Amino acid sequence: MSIDMSQFHQVFFEECFEGLEAMESGLLTLDMGDIDSEVINTIFRGAHSIKGGSGTFGFTVVAEYTHIMETLLDEMRDGRRKVTQPAVDVLLGSVDCLREMLTAIQNEQEVNSASVGKHKAALEVVLNGGTIPVESALLVEQQITTDEVPVNVSLNIDEEELTVFEEQGWKIAFCPYMDLLKTGNDPVRLFRELNELGELTTIVNIQDVPGFYELDPEECNISWDLKVIGDISDDEIREIFNWVEGDCEMDIQPLSKTKKLSPAIKEISPDPAVVPSHNPAQKSAEVKPKAATETKKSDSQDSENETAKTTAKASSIRVDTDKIDTLINMVGEVVITQSMLGLVGENFTMDKVGQLKRGLAQLERHTRDLQQSVMNIRMLPISFVFSRFPRLVHDISSKLDKKIALKLVGENTEVDKAVVELINDPLVHLIRNSLDHGIEMPVDRVAAGKAETGTIELKAYHRGGHIVIEIIDDGRGLDKDKLLAKAIEKGLIEENNLLTEKQIFELIFMPGFSTAEQLTDISGRGVGMDVVRKNIQSLGGNIEIISELGKGTTIAIHLPLTLAILDGQSVAVGDETYIVPLVSIIESINITERMLNKVAGKGETFRLRNEYLPVIRMRNIFNVHSGNPTKSKEGVLVVVEGQGEQCCLLVDELLGQQQVVIKSLEANYRRVEGVSGATILGDGSVALILDVPGLVRFSTR
Amino acid sequence: MAKEAEKKDIDQYHYSRNLDNAVQYLSFALGTEEYGVDILRVQEIRSWEPVSRIPNVPCYEKGVVNLRGSIVPILDLRERFSLSKAEYTPLTVVVVLQAGDSNKTRIMGIVVDSVSDVISVDKNEIQSAPDFGTKVSNEFINGLVSVNERMVMLLDVDKLLKLEELDQDEN
Repeated sequence: MSIDMSQFHQVFFEECFEGLEAMESGLLTLDMGDIDSEVINTIFRGAHSIKGGSGTFGFTVVAEYTHIMETLLDEMRDGRRKVTQPAVDVLLGSVDCLREMLTAIQNEQEVNSASVGKHKAALEVVLNGGTIPVESALLVEQQITTDEVPVNVSLNIDEEELTVFEEQGWKIAFCPYMDLLKTGNDPVRLFRELNELGELTTIVNIQDVPGFYELDPEECNISWDLKVIGDISDDEIREIFNWVEGDCEMDIQPLSKTKKLSPAIKEISPDPAVVPSHNPAQKSAEVKPKAATETKKSDSQDSENETAKTTAKASSIRVDTDKIDTLINMVGEVVITQSMLGLVGENFTMDKVGQLKRGLAQLERHTRDLQQSVMNIRMLPISFVFSRFPRLVHDISSKLDKKIALKLVGENTEVDKAVVELINDPLVHLIRNSLDHGIEMPVDRVAAGKAETGTIELKAYHRGGHIVIEIIDDGRGLDKDKLLAKAIEKGLIEENNLLTEKQIFELIFMPGFSTAEQLTDISGRGVGMDVVRKNIQSLGGNIEIISELGKGTTIAIHLPLTLAILDGQSVAVGDETYIVPLVSIIESINITERMLNKVAGKGETFRLRNEYLPVIRMRNIFNVHSGNPTKSKEGVLVVVEGQGEQCCLLVDELLGQQQVVIKSLEANYRRVEGVSGATILGDGSVALILDVPGLVRFSTR
Repeated sequence: MAKEAEKKDIDQYHYSRNLDNAVQYLSFALGTEEYGVDILRVQEIRSWEPVSRIPNVPCYEKGVVNLRGSIVPILDLRERFSLSKAEYTPLTVVVVLQAGDSNKTRIMGIVVDSVSDVISVDKNEIQSAPDFGTKVSNEFINGLVSVNERMVMLLDVDKLLKLEELDQDEN
């Protein structure tokens, strides 16, 4: 044990979660009619590597559990078993259960044994009975635990041998005789008492439970592997089992010595008729000497666990090796160019100027490429987020009794890792909304002359420097009148307030706004949409709704591709330099004062190709007093678009285009209205980057 | 209990970094007044250099500078304390301070007339600042101490910075 295995845990968990995701998506794509063996293989591989890994790391619970899944999948793979929807549902449940287990282990929490037991039982029922659907499988399992009927008892010795436990406590193999229940003993009561002593984990062995129809509710066909974690003396445990002595086989061992357990279990014959009755007194003698040493160990271990919990979770990223290779190439090029320049500089004469210039140009190109490939490393395909949704839609639609097909478009669109991480929750919320409120019940759909199955389309694509994510449903759409009425009722807006269609839709982003008549556990509490919008705005994006009553709703989210770099146009206002993001610029026009029209004596507009656009004087809005105050005689109008609205920024001069690295103003300072960040210019001074949508909002106030 | 421990930490931070109750302060001058900040909060001392103005913020927030790749705000302490304005000369000094808790530290620069001295102050000699009522703000002043017959006002760096958060809320 000289190697500290815990250093590999993080990687193991990452791999497990990846495996689970692959299994999940595989299970969801399984088509009952036409089974693709490759898909089954993928699912099997996922289960297999999780089992292998968890065995290696000593997470026996996980290993045991995946073993059962693997057996089932193996039979499906070989064609020995038909793939049925109920079986797939049970497997999906198992994936969830595994994820829960792994998360619990990762956070060093206790695994929820009850839910694990339930899923395990369901799996085993499928494994044994085959066609029993989930609900009844769970039912059978419940019946067993409540009725408690002893019979054939056997332990899976292979699995036991995997156990390498560091925790301290007791492991109890409890195999009641078939007639335990007839003597009036209820194992559940025993477990409850055990649970009071310490953290109790139960593993139910129900391999020997006969089929549903052969089941005799008065017989106990199951045995248990119990683990009690805690500082408990063996006498306390013996006391609990006092009542069932003679009615069962049991073996009590301290946890860290589980290896020793195997031979003891082997003595237990699988055949109940020949189970040798052990003398309990003998065993207690066996157990005693180890207890004292174990308790001492526990204290130090507990404190170790505590410290481990406080260590922060390291964030990591998996990068395509291709990307790394390009990066290495790039760095090589830069080094070569640098040494070439070094040579030129060593004995510099004027006739080498051409060479120098060429070298510098090369260096510039390489630097730019290098920068781009580094940025590329942070880019992940949006499928990282999208891949979770088929499951979500599958679960919720069956819960709501709706028929919904999810269509994913543009999953390979790449976006910054930070965006990927932060966009998930808002998207989940929006999709839940679409599922719950958007898509109608099948009956209503047919009545409305639409296909019975509703569609939700999740679409991602690049536009300009942005990634656009659209959630399109063909549901009932937003009812403008209802929205208005609700808003007035809630006092969010004044009556007789004239609102444009867009403004009405925007109402749903107001805190506390919900039109759902009934609350469901999925959505409808009127919290959320405001948070969704806030989250998206904090990423520098915006959200837009297009909806037609009865036809459907489209929610479009615009997000910046990366949060670190941007193409900018530097402009001068007085003595100050500002950066306008190039993506938001439509065009720039040299103007004179008389080309501007006053509106109501205050605002100004500019007529561009028969369209009047509002003009924002940067001098006024930013209170710039330096430089020669031009009377817009020789100003430049920069026509920009932000959040779907066009306007003109009046600046003094255009300076040049350059890529700028976005620096946060908020890190040491705070948010400034109309400014999205700052950057450092070539001369080392700081220039502010304009937040165009923010400016538009700011100017209209 | 956690709260107590926390308070203790803070107390320790402010007063008893070293065992003999002595705390070191960097003192600087603003006009005729003398102020001090906990020396452990001082990151560096720089000369004044032009800043990039930030639009639509209080006038004492002079702007931001590039400090080795970070954008750092510069506050004019004279204007912050409503003292008479002074011209910036090559001798004007910017003291770069760190503030914030263990989760997040911010750095900011304050413009002062000149840096005077490093003073060692016995924690027991620090007197609480008298309450001047609402007329004079002493919200940033942790206490007063006299060094060589001069009165030095000890500033609370965290409060100096926290004010910005309040401004943000108002906006």
